[in-house]
Amino acid sequence: MAELRTLVTKVRSKNAGPFWLTIDIFCGSPEAYARVVRDLETARIAAVFEADSQTIKRFDMPDLNVVKFSLPRPAVQGAVDDRDMHGASWAALVGDLDI
Amino acid sequence: MRKRARALARARLRTGLPRFAQRFVLMTRVLIPSGALGLNYDADALARGIAANPDIIAIDGGSTDSGPSYLGRGVSKYARASTKLEWAGLMKARAEAGVPLVIGTAGTCGTDSAADWMLDITREIATEQGTPLKVAVLRSSQDPGSIARAYEAGEIVPLSGAPEVTGQDIRACSNIVALAGAEQIAAALQTRADIIIAGRTTDTAIIAALPLMRGDHAGGAWHGAKIGECGALCATNPQSGVIMIDFDDTGFTVTPLADGAHASPHTVSAHMLYENSDPFILHEPGGHLDVTGARYTALDKTSVRVEGSKWVPADRYTVKLEGARPAGCRTVLMALLRDPHYVANAAQWAEDIVARCSAKILDRMDIAAEDFTLEIRLIGHSASFGALETRSGDPVEIGVIGIITAPTEEQAAEIGKLLNPYLLHHPLTQEEEQPTFAFLFSPPDMHQGVVYEFVLHHVLYLSDPMDAFRLEVIDIG
Repeated sequence: MAELRTLVTKVRSKNAGPFWLTIDIFCGSPEAYARVVRDLETARIAAVFEADSQTIKRFDMPDLNVVKFSLPRPAVQGAVDDRDMHGASWAALVGDLDI
Repeated sequence: MRKRARALARARLRTGLPRFAQRFVLMTRVLIPSGALGLNYDADALARGIAANPDIIAIDGGSTDSGPSYLGRGVSKYARASTKLEWAGLMKARAEAGVPLVIGTAGTCGTDSAADWMLDITREIATEQGTPLKVAVLRSSQDPGSIARAYEAGEIVPLSGAPEVTGQDIRACSNIVALAGAEQIAAALQTRADIIIAGRTTDTAIIAALPLMRGDHAGGAWHGAKIGECGALCATNPQSGVIMIDFDDTGFTVTPLADGAHASPHTVSAHMLYENSDPFILHEPGGHLDVTGARYTALDKTSVRVEGSKWVPADRYTVKLEGARPAGCRTVLMALLRDPHYVANAAQWAEDIVARCSAKILDRMDIAAEDFTLEIRLIGHSASFGALETRSGDPVEIGVIGIITAPTEEQAAEIGKLLNPYLLHHPLTQEEEQPTFAFLFSPPDMHQGVVYEFVLHHVLYLSDPMDAFRLEVIDIG
């Protein structure tokens, strides 16, 4: 078991417009990519954000050694209950995951 | 589809090229000074770009990324001083190159008020530079009443992840904009204006428009535009800003122009991930870009060649809408906890305050529970993620933010005054001596006035691309 952030080059999250959040996991090597693809189930991401797995789009991109997830934002950007206008801090929750 | 082909043919004819040249596809060189006006650009790299004889200079002026307040108020996020300084540099470069200069999503949000703000700055600079200019202004603001009627008539449909809206929600918007595509930018270019100030556009449209008008590869035009829309973010040394993209009949070549900046197949292809929910498909007015089959090849250490991207025209022409409406007025209070007993029990302390203060608000003010919000976020504890936080630590201190929204500024301020004594003195238990916490300022409350929320994530059907937009040509300087 290891924290995801220690296995990869970078975990980035950003807004993809006001209603979507996108998370890019830059694995940095084919080995790290293979491990993330194998061990990071979409359901784990759903659990992090208390989201429905069905709403999460997943892209495994071997050419870039990237695993990407996109999901409806946990709170709409700038809404009264939003805590992060640019959506960048959520990457930390994903980086915390044990793999 | 046929309509789009006709529009493009028209666009091509009106570029005024000699008829023989129209039979050949022309290479189009687009110079992009940075990802957004206001973020600065490398002046040496810009000069290098001008020396390379671009056909157009295109820069983005905004996005929704800074939140709903800018669209709600119709104002720019960047300082006028920065905008003017950087725009003056680009206007000078434009005069030297003798080609059009285009800004899309002027003034952060691209409302008519933001486009007018940009026009005002442009007028000032033109006078100072002593250069008479022809300026085309493309306006993207929509009348909320008309948009609500179009919604009720089924001419507006939600995109994936859109909020539930009613005609009433739409009418409540202080600003709604439609995102112009390449067709509307082409119409502005056809006026032969020196400068085009466009209200809200897609980030890519200002870059893709001219290559499309000149018959370059459509998939390449949109893909290159997406790669270029953030300036040098698709290369190493992303802060350097300036890049150049050459479009032709099979694809495009991207070259960052700053010293030490390099593009590689990896940096370029990875840019499709950036702020994109789908890294292979990009929806635009009139169709979508599909880069599944794109091939990225390094030409040398600096430039990357891309081919194989596909443009897929849509059956019906749509433009995306963005809207923001008032969501109440906000007052914010801040305090600091440093006493270890309170730092250790901050969550319980905050919960108790919210319960007691809410009861007092309902008891003493003429306001219903559903008309206000009162929340305390604890910096150092769970302010980033609230209930989603999985970690806990042992912080030295905790920042307390009390966030209030209410229908009027007076009510938000009044609730702030009711919260104030709790943040200053609330004890964890009745037995302990009355504590006093640190306020950073006098007064501790900050009044943000009206706050806004995004309303629309929808597209509007148009029978003619110009139906939702207005184009005005003005002589200045």
